[in-house]
Amino acid sequence: MSRRRAGAPAVLLVPALIGLAFLVLPLLGLVIRAPWRRLGPLLTDPAVLTALRLSLITATLATALCVLVGVPLAWLLAQPGLPGRSVLRALVTVPLVLPPVVGGVALLLVLGRRGLIGAWLDDVFGVTLPFTPAAVVLAEAFVALPFLVLSVEGALRAADRRYEEAAATLGAGRWTVFRRVTLPLVAPGVLAGAVLAWARALGEFGATITFAGSFPGRTQTMPIAVYLALETNPEAAVALSLLLLAVSVVTLACLRDRWVARV
Amino acid sequence: MKLDAHLVVRRERFTLDVALTVEAGEVVALVGPNGAGKTTALRALAGLTGLDAGEVRLGGELLDGPGRWVPPERRPVGVVFQDYLLFPHLTALENVAFGLRCGGASRRSSRTAAAALLDRVGVGHLAGVKPRRLSGGQAQRVALARALAVEPSLLLLDEPLAALDAQTRPAIRSELRRHLAEFTGCALLVSHDPLDAMVLADRLVVVEDGAVVQSGTPAEVARRPRTPYVARLVGLNLLRGVADGHDVRIGAGTIVTADAASGEVFVAFRPAAVAVYRTRPDGSPRNVWPATVAGVEPYGDAYRVQVEGAIPVTADVSAAAVAELELADGHQVWVAVKAAEVEVYPA
Repeated sequence: MSRRRAGAPAVLLVPALIGLAFLVLPLLGLVIRAPWRRLGPLLTDPAVLTALRLSLITATLATALCVLVGVPLAWLLAQPGLPGRSVLRALVTVPLVLPPVVGGVALLLVLGRRGLIGAWLDDVFGVTLPFTPAAVVLAEAFVALPFLVLSVEGALRAADRRYEEAAATLGAGRWTVFRRVTLPLVAPGVLAGAVLAWARALGEFGATITFAGSFPGRTQTMPIAVYLALETNPEAAVALSLLLLAVSVVTLACLRDRWVARV
Repeated sequence: MKLDAHLVVRRERFTLDVALTVEAGEVVALVGPNGAGKTTALRALAGLTGLDAGEVRLGGELLDGPGRWVPPERRPVGVVFQDYLLFPHLTALENVAFGLRCGGASRRSSRTAAAALLDRVGVGHLAGVKPRRLSGGQAQRVALARALAVEPSLLLLDEPLAALDAQTRPAIRSELRRHLAEFTGCALLVSHDPLDAMVLADRLVVVEDGAVVQSGTPAEVARRPRTPYVARLVGLNLLRGVADGHDVRIGAGTIVTADAASGEVFVAFRPAAVAVYRTRPDGSPRNVWPATVAGVEPYGDAYRVQVEGAIPVTADVSAAAVAELELADGHQVWVAVKAAEVEVYPA
């Protein structure tokens, strides 16, 4: 009776394999069709290198920004007895499900030259954000922040808060407790969140092109370069895509222990 | 330095209302069944749980009470937690130095002091080891050193030996006893293990359902329990009745005692003082009554037999006697207790 209990019925197995193929085949196609021979010259093209450098710098800055505000935000969300927590968490999650283009439009409305805050920034400091590298960083941080916050919040919730009580009985004030006990305890979660946020920031397209535009060397990041290259130089587009795929695979390898192996 | 506390903590289905005093140099054990409120009391003293009423005074200073609440980080209190809660990312030395650093000591002087403390509790050689690589006994010593490092006026220990296995426990227990004897402040430990409490403490305070039901020296409590829980804890039969001279009426039966008493009394005797017979015994015992076996369980190298009848009691009998008497649930037996073995004291 119990023969081959583990075997899956075909009605489940077939769609499952189709789904798997759907995910894997396009990536496989990218690898197969990549112009491997001319990969070197294509990727060392000055325009490509410029876009790559801009992408790496802005994604890293965006990640730093996310850590700076995201860790405290996650800490706040994880506080026991926080009023309106579900509403707050929903707000934090919005950029996760929002079309990035909408995020870009929203950023433009708030931080644009005539935006709610942008106009004030322009008047008082003479600072204009849209269509600058700073705008790229902000757009990327906007879409990446939820990844970091949710990752760190999960780590905080899983951490044993009694260590914080133990620290308090040893004379540690709240800031010392956070710095010397809480933060080290959730460090793996912060790191995983940062890697995830960095990967998301690196791939950001919609919000960036809307809020920061596509000026080569200033706001034209890798994904935007790929999109534009597809029209003029498809081979370069494929090469750039391959590079971004490699970055994704490396990121996944970094997160292996937290996101893949652990079921 | 003296701890003077009246702790009132209200929970949904439970209220803790306990008055406690601990003199300097004294070790008091809070004992009681699980859920009695022992840990809640300890947390309230440490400042980890706020009081709903009452107060905590340590050396005359009000730490918690009407209009005042001193947060845990500013109380002169050290805590050894049940599972130690050593910071997993810090070495044993850094764990012990943590409190000193928080107290403003320099990195160097706190490390020196921490190393000395680790030496004192006998784990100086483990200074650089992370907690996950420490054995239970070693972790317990580090936790004690960490709590002592801040030179607390009040030392709280939550089930300090509960996480240890049976082999290491006796050694750690006697060692802890020595450290507590050297400690000059007030020490309060929470335990559900009677042996731990009796070995470590100068005085026991028994808490049940959030209230103190008995307190006294371990010897007093062991000899004259006042609740079934304490009696079970110290392994005694405890009955309550009304005495008239040498006779104590208990429910439908009477127990004769060697000492005379009057009024409401407790009657206590060891299970080993209870003899079990198949037929009514002849001869001296005056306390004899018929009973029904309600349970037989192995207990050490003997058997513990529950009997029901006019007076329900527990008897300890040898394995040979269990076989010979064919003791099994529902069997009719006779039970006898020597009057000289019965302790009687006012309720």
